[in-house]
Amino acid sequence: MTRTRIAVVSAGLSVPSSTRLLADRLAEAAQRSLRERGADPVVDVIELRDHARDLANNLLTGFPAGELKTALDTVVTADGLIAVTPVFNASYSGLFKTFFDVVEADALSGMPVLLGATGGSARHSLVLEHAMRPMFAYLRSIVVPTAVYAASEDWGGAGDASGGLADRIDRAAGELAGLAVGSGRSSRPDPYDEPTPFLDLLGGN
Amino acid sequence: MQFGIFTVGDVTTDPTTGRTPSEAERIKAMVAIALKAEEVGLDVFATGEHHNPPFVPSSPTTMLGYIAARTERLILSTATTLITTNDPVKIAEDYAMLQHLADGRVDLVLGRGNTGPVYPWFGQDIRQGIPLAVENYHLLHRLWREDVVDWEGRFRTPLQGFTSTPRPLDGVPPFVWHGSIRSPEIAEQAAYYGDGFFANNIFWPKEHYIRLINLYRRRFEHYGHGTADEAIVGLGGQVFMRKNSQDAVREFRPYFDNAPVYGHGPSLEEFTEQTPLTVGSPQQVIDRTLKFREYFGDYQRQLFLMDHAGLPLKTVLEQLDILGEEVVPVLRKEFAARRPAGVPDAPTHASLREAAARTATDTAKEQR
Repeated sequence: MTRTRIAVVSAGLSVPSSTRLLADRLAEAAQRSLRERGADPVVDVIELRDHARDLANNLLTGFPAGELKTALDTVVTADGLIAVTPVFNASYSGLFKTFFDVVEADALSGMPVLLGATGGSARHSLVLEHAMRPMFAYLRSIVVPTAVYAASEDWGGAGDASGGLADRIDRAAGELAGLAVGSGRSSRPDPYDEPTPFLDLLGGN
Repeated sequence: MQFGIFTVGDVTTDPTTGRTPSEAERIKAMVAIALKAEEVGLDVFATGEHHNPPFVPSSPTTMLGYIAARTERLILSTATTLITTNDPVKIAEDYAMLQHLADGRVDLVLGRGNTGPVYPWFGQDIRQGIPLAVENYHLLHRLWREDVVDWEGRFRTPLQGFTSTPRPLDGVPPFVWHGSIRSPEIAEQAAYYGDGFFANNIFWPKEHYIRLINLYRRRFEHYGHGTADEAIVGLGGQVFMRKNSQDAVREFRPYFDNAPVYGHGPSLEEFTEQTPLTVGSPQQVIDRTLKFREYFGDYQRQLFLMDHAGLPLKTVLEQLDILGEEVVPVLRKEFAARRPAGVPDAPTHASLREAAARTATDTAKEQR
């Protein structure tokens, strides 16, 4: 069985948080789907609230301290990423953006990503498409077609003609699992272990 | 092992008095600090190179030439020389000239520079930082070793039949260290040429530099310059000392809290835990510095950042007295006691000249 590592980034601030609730549902669905594909899923959850001060410090000092470094490494070496934020002022939260602002350039290039967002009303659901998807496009991640928005009403709703929250979660998680299972990202060599040989850097000179 | 200081050359308001030195004062202060370094028995003075305020040292060889004339023993170096935005031809000329004036007391640390606008100001593109560092150094390396160079590259106008003058003193180019905070490519470059690798060791946790230095050591051996333990490593460090550590913390805190680089972020206590910054007694600085050897292996050069963040000259000179009288003599003894046989010293002009003479003799014997 191929070990497949999924990193979950949740930017929810309250405890308990509906953002974390959605993140957990997405992670469970992704694990189910990975097992169905014969993979051995491992899930690491990162709560950005735990790293709030280190994130602010990273903006100023330029380096991730302690646990934040571990969290960043966990994310960039995963086979797939589930990224979930609450909607603040018609976009992702500042904490969510800050985390992705301190990820090394190119580190999320090619990363399969499932987007999730939560809010008090369904009117904000296009944040997924207008704010989150462009950011991950910039990072050259591969964002799965289905992104999942959960408004307060979704947690009790039976859904509509296009399916309820549970259906959307399953569809999105299946799409992520399909890309993550063969990504090979978590077994990539470390550039510090296998540097580009100098003559390749030098090229034709 | 060599000990010394490196300076960024920032003009920063003293947060405790609100006073900002003039450029003239800061430049003269840098010179005073360099002269003091020799007076208290340090081996190396290295200056930064910057092309934007609030930094003054845009012309390192002018400053180092002046210091060379006023010192006897001090090795004059840089931290760092911008290999990306300077013309490698001008670096070859300027530092060979300095080498002659200073009787060989010159080496360089090359770096890329991370100030975005400096690249376009000098006609370059920061996104080409690594390729610039690779190509420019390759040319510099040839200019110091080949009397006549034909050259064509991506980044500067071609050269046909070019001779860089003056030729390096005694035919021995200045020793070069490659500095990097985060690029494995630069560690690889240093290893390929058998040059030194300098880790500034100030801004990031040690784990980060351990990976870079281990990569450099491993590849130094791979390229046949010696064993990994024989690779030439230099480290930065940042300290503030008083007899009692509480006094050091109390005095340094306002400078730390308002420092341009890390101020208003982590606390002094967090930053000293996360990075090699040490604020305390001379003994604490000795203990912490000796630990570097355990993290990074036996190394050849230790430079301290002493004058920054608005510290007044008087304070910096006091710091250098403590460094020279109480810290470095102990470090010399302790490092020497711990150092296994076979670990080389940092190359100097004299040692490089002897090595070149040995090679020439060997070659002559083989030809006979």
